[in-house]
Amino acid sequence: MDTEQLTSEIKSGAPVADSTTETIARILAGEAHLFHALIRPVERAVFVMLFMLLRSESDAEDVAQETFIKVFRNLHSFRGDSKFSTWVLSITRNEGLAWLRKRASRPEEPLEPVLDDSSGDYTPALLTDWREVPLEALERKELGQCLSRAILKLPPIYREVVQLRDIDELDVQETADLLGITAGSVKVRLHRARTMLQKELVPLLKEFAPASSRWRGLFGRRV
Amino acid sequence: MKIDCRHVWDHISAYIDGDVDAVLRAEIDRHLEHCEICSAVMDSTRNVVVLIADERVFEIPAGYSERLHRRLDAVLATESPD
Repeated sequence: MDTEQLTSEIKSGAPVADSTTETIARILAGEAHLFHALIRPVERAVFVMLFMLLRSESDAEDVAQETFIKVFRNLHSFRGDSKFSTWVLSITRNEGLAWLRKRASRPEEPLEPVLDDSSGDYTPALLTDWREVPLEALERKELGQCLSRAILKLPPIYREVVQLRDIDELDVQETADLLGITAGSVKVRLHRARTMLQKELVPLLKEFAPASSRWRGLFGRRV
Repeated sequence: MKIDCRHVWDHISAYIDGDVDAVLRAEIDRHLEHCEICSAVMDSTRNVVVLIADERVFEIPAGYSERLHRRLDAVLATESPD
């Protein structure tokens, strides 16, 4: 199978159905070892989804293992109606939510929306002295931690939309199908999530912006 | 149509995703040309979206993949996906 092609699947809107379907057919026909290559492109996304849901690295890793075992055992039921990666993420989310329900003895965040789609203040942080933070700044570990903390602080219904749309780069309809909500709700939640992240992060990101004004103009800044 | 700041904020996410029609996009662009606050809000939001998509934000535990595939080896050796 073409692993590189499959690697691009999760980041692209174009499913590589033929390659994936063929690989799955071979696995089902007895070439079980191909399962390793089949899932490599989605390993990271599965872990990140579970970590964002469970907020524990060790729990996320345990559930990731159980998820992939489940994916293997249910491979025959993959019909190719969605991308393989989307199907895996759907199983991952179900496994994560089931794990959360099992952890009933520990106080957890609610599984259901804590805010409906019409409440809250979604005004961004207003400023004029914004300086772009370049991707290179992510070499500083504190920046990554700062960003991940902000994402983890989002209410669950917003966090999962950010993860699927902005991190896994699923399209709106795939995200809607996976979450069982409308495309309109995906857009509304993503807008609010991005606004909340902007408001939370902008004051913190200033220290990661280069001191020189030469960075102004990056990322399409209008000057 | 002339739009105000609130109107621009309401469409920031759709604008970043290229999900606004040509007329609205042109209105927003015109607004951004003279509104420094909205311009900074738009750029900072876009910058945040770019940054959070980077793989360095969420670190995967060392050995995660190796442990996963070792565990799968044990399953693949004894089961078939039917």
